[in-house]
Amino acid sequence: MEALTSHTGRGLPLRRSNVDTDQIIPAVYLKRITRTGFEDGLFAAWRNDPDFILNNPAYAGASVLVAGPDFGTGSSREHAVWALQDGGFAVVLSSRFGPIFKVNSGKAGLLAATVDQQVVEALWALLEAEPTVAITVDLQARTVSAGTGESAVSAPIDVDDYTRYRLLNGLDDIAITLQHTDEIDSYEATRPSYKPVTQSAG
Amino acid sequence: MGVTERNPAAKTMAEKVWDAHVVRSHPGEPDILYIDLHLIHEVTSPQAFDGLRLAGRKVRRPDLTLATEDHNTPTLDIDKPIADPVSRAQVEALRKNVAEFGVPIFSLGNIDQGIVHVISPQLGLTQPGMTIVCGDSHTSTHGAFGALAFGIGTSEVEHVLATQTLPQDRPKTMAVTVNGTLPDGVTAKDLVLTLIAEVGTGGGSGYVAEYRGAAIEALSMEARMTICNMSIEWSAKAGMVAPDDTTFAYLKGREHAPSGADWDAAVSAWRAQRTDAGARFDREVVLDANTMSPFVTWGTNPGQGVPLAGSVPDPADFDDPDDRAAAERALTYMDLRAGTAMRDINVDTVFVGSCTNGRIEDLRAAASVIAGRRVDDNVRMLIVPGSARVRQQAESEGLDRVFIEAGAEWRAAGCSMCLGMNPDTMAPGERGASTSNRNFEGRQGKGSRTHLVSPLVAAATAVTGHLASPADLS
Repeated sequence: MEALTSHTGRGLPLRRSNVDTDQIIPAVYLKRITRTGFEDGLFAAWRNDPDFILNNPAYAGASVLVAGPDFGTGSSREHAVWALQDGGFAVVLSSRFGPIFKVNSGKAGLLAATVDQQVVEALWALLEAEPTVAITVDLQARTVSAGTGESAVSAPIDVDDYTRYRLLNGLDDIAITLQHTDEIDSYEATRPSYKPVTQSAG
Repeated sequence: MGVTERNPAAKTMAEKVWDAHVVRSHPGEPDILYIDLHLIHEVTSPQAFDGLRLAGRKVRRPDLTLATEDHNTPTLDIDKPIADPVSRAQVEALRKNVAEFGVPIFSLGNIDQGIVHVISPQLGLTQPGMTIVCGDSHTSTHGAFGALAFGIGTSEVEHVLATQTLPQDRPKTMAVTVNGTLPDGVTAKDLVLTLIAEVGTGGGSGYVAEYRGAAIEALSMEARMTICNMSIEWSAKAGMVAPDDTTFAYLKGREHAPSGADWDAAVSAWRAQRTDAGARFDREVVLDANTMSPFVTWGTNPGQGVPLAGSVPDPADFDDPDDRAAAERALTYMDLRAGTAMRDINVDTVFVGSCTNGRIEDLRAAASVIAGRRVDDNVRMLIVPGSARVRQQAESEGLDRVFIEAGAEWRAAGCSMCLGMNPDTMAPGERGASTSNRNFEGRQGKGSRTHLVSPLVAAATAVTGHLASPADLS
């Protein structure tokens, strides 16, 4: 995973709440067994609507998705994170995320940062007035900022300490855990004998 | 409510199960939690196995891992090669991966194949006090046994395969207390849909829920699974029910349940895991089962529901601007008008199945309504058992005949139309009553419109052609 300390890019105002992962990528796109190439599935159903914001050329190249509350609810499909990344997004801002989507984002290197709904509203207003405005999400400083003058937005973002640490350093979660293999071994030695196994040893 | 003396040493069930699985706890880091059982399937595992191969890692505990094929599999002609080449490649990738890494699998055609959350309890692998994960959000189902069970993404699947652990932040706990008794004809599905409409799709965010109270204790294991299954639909990390005699009676004698002295040791540990008197939950929600009635959804998320006796709400009546906008969008997508009585909504398709309502009690409930009646001429009714064993059990009870004689289709086991990944989908614009868990836009096929219902409502709807309960049938 690549380290991410700060990201600056154009934003996409997605004025919708409850964007479940079936909307981010419908199930028919989950049959692929590779880790990349999911951009064709990104918001596939909504992209059939010419008025859908992602089809608006004014927002071409956006890399910061600014979404309504409860973004990424529903299915655990990490493909939703991959599709956003394959579609060019590095950051998603929302006032609340679906719990599994949020974890998946942290693992895959997509920054899912929580901000107050007023911040989302302010960014929407700014992006609708000025589609090419640059948004800077600073993970080191834990801030989001965009614009100048009266409509400027500057606010804190919420990212849990450990996810922030891993993203800042681009660390592989599994390698970190494997440093504690001796503790896993010790724990395993204490497991009760009645715990089930799916097949006999050997 | 009476005030119970707070006891700082007292713990909730979720805390006890959590504490019993902590491999390592260090300030500023998530706890490393041991995973007792890892269930995998074809859709969310291929990239995880690729990750293992790239890093030269093994599966640490193939004997705590179980694979099956369910999401992408057909429910017709299962003895033939899968017709869709992309689906077939994904299932073949799973078979190849589990063979390479030594993980046991129940493939299509095996009597133990089925929806991952149906087969594990059926085998007795799901037991109280366990930590259970799967790359599927409905892993919360297993909480019905007092297990701490939650869905994970593919990166976490790889993590569990490699280490048999997961780094996890300690969640908050919530009591969902359901007092009273469910009236006749009102089911666990109605209960959980009522709850989600009350708390909203984000209401459980950050919490492990413990469902408790007289109405929960009175439920069968299968009904408890229906409720825990939908915990993720209100964003709870997991949902749990305290193990009791109902739990032990369900488990005893199952293939993987403990036996002999192990059984006694297990039961005494399981009894001790109940929430202590005086333990503090971070939040409590209280519901009254006595006031509940058959409940159905009108919108495009599981929180957008009303009693079957009610009508489609008017978006203008929502105070919250986001809720109002979401309701307007939902009515447009669902092609519904505010004020329409729910019973006046006609459907094209009825689906009985899924990890929410695809177990034997669900099929019995639907069959009891359908028996001696006909599926409406304008309705296609699909019955998809949750597992091959559920299908076999239903056939031994003659339920397949009941469905077929009524004009319904009797299929092989799998996730099927719940997520429309296999050929079982609704056409664009079609409207369905479904016993599954998600009414998202396009969930059951591009452009399809879903109303979530209980198996009893599904069956009555199939007979009348409009949303209905058994009480509406003459």
